[in-house]
Amino acid sequence: MDELCRRLARDVDAAFPDLVSHLEGRLYTGLRRLHGDAAEDLTQETFIRAYRALRTYDPERIRSLRLDGWVWTIALNLGRNHARDRARRPIPAPLDDRHGVTDPEPADVAAWDRRLRRLPAPQRTAVVLRHIAGLTYPEIAAATGRPEGTVKADVHRGLARLRRIIEEET
Amino acid sequence: MNVEQELGALAETPPPTVTAGILLGTGLADGYRIFDSPVGAVAVAFNPAGVSAVDLVDDDLEERFAERFGRRLLPARPPRGWETKIGRAIERGTPGDLPVDLRSVTAFQRMVLEATARIPRGQVRPYGWLARMVGAPGAARAVGSTMARNPVPLIIPCHRVVRSDGRIGAYSLGGPGRKRVLLRHEGADPDLLETWAAKGVRYVGSDTTGIFCFPTCRHARRIGDRHRVEFRTDRAAMEAGYRPCEVCRPR
Repeated sequence: MDELCRRLARDVDAAFPDLVSHLEGRLYTGLRRLHGDAAEDLTQETFIRAYRALRTYDPERIRSLRLDGWVWTIALNLGRNHARDRARRPIPAPLDDRHGVTDPEPADVAAWDRRLRRLPAPQRTAVVLRHIAGLTYPEIAAATGRPEGTVKADVHRGLARLRRIIEEET
Repeated sequence: MNVEQELGALAETPPPTVTAGILLGTGLADGYRIFDSPVGAVAVAFNPAGVSAVDLVDDDLEERFAERFGRRLLPARPPRGWETKIGRAIERGTPGDLPVDLRSVTAFQRMVLEATARIPRGQVRPYGWLARMVGAPGAARAVGSTMARNPVPLIIPCHRVVRSDGRIGAYSLGGPGRKRVLLRHEGADPDLLETWAAKGVRYVGSDTTGIFCFPTCRHARRIGDRHRVEFRTDRAAMEAGYRPCEVCRPR
């Protein structure tokens, strides 16, 4: 990640595609859990905003970024305020039916979505950010704008609740 | 079951359209779509700044684009409303209200291309005329190489720009044969243009108005045979007492 920051600081355009391939899988997986089918739009919009921001940052600021947490901060803001204006951008043509949003989730993924939906929103967000996105507690606190102690408690309560839900299933 | 591990193992891959959308939305890639034109199918590339390229459709299209513009090229839908504008711009041979991205050319080339876009359909102008229009009367050669570098042929109608001796000359989008097809499609007769060039006729005047024009100017085409006077040079026309047309500005 530090290496990626250094390359971004040197040349945003050249390094940005690597930032995308590095983070988009986890970002998309996390956003699927929090926002369902809107995850596609949100993933896209998050990276576009990130790119525009990076273009305005000076190299020193880019080098000191914690990329995961920073990108997730953008994503959570967008997720909260979901209004979009995509009309003025080129939109990729659909390749074929393979990648339609109607693809059913694999069974295990669907099971986790069902369980996560039963958590209160702050706990769900905290658990997703900690264990799917892999953020640290300070990063989660920064991204959600909540005190570190609170998000830590949310993660623990959320996990405890998930364990109880799984027990109920068996 | 270890909840933390299972959550950490969840991994979904976004559809490729998401990655493509990111590259298009940031301008790191341009989109393209195939359009019909008088010379067959062409690929039209676009990004948020405007239409960036018009090129022939073949296997090397995307590679050629990346080489020249330093960005990737991906199949895409144009922004809302652009599809109609692109089709119209190709048919009319002028951008109209379609934004054109000319960041790939120099300031001089941009001026030349903007002047080219104002040549009326069905008419031709020599390189030297364009040089004069951009205030660089000696730069006919640089104008010629600008035509060769026009990123958006058909939409900026470089097919309406001919050699200074009146011959039809080269064409970047697939050679001079296509230039002739385009001119004929617009109602200009390429054989007649070549005949005039061979005879050395570069201007025509009317002995009733005392005005001389480029031969394809709409005013020149209205001159009846009895009143039509041909000139080899603008100087000859001036010496014969003719003044230049204010529409086609032959001098």
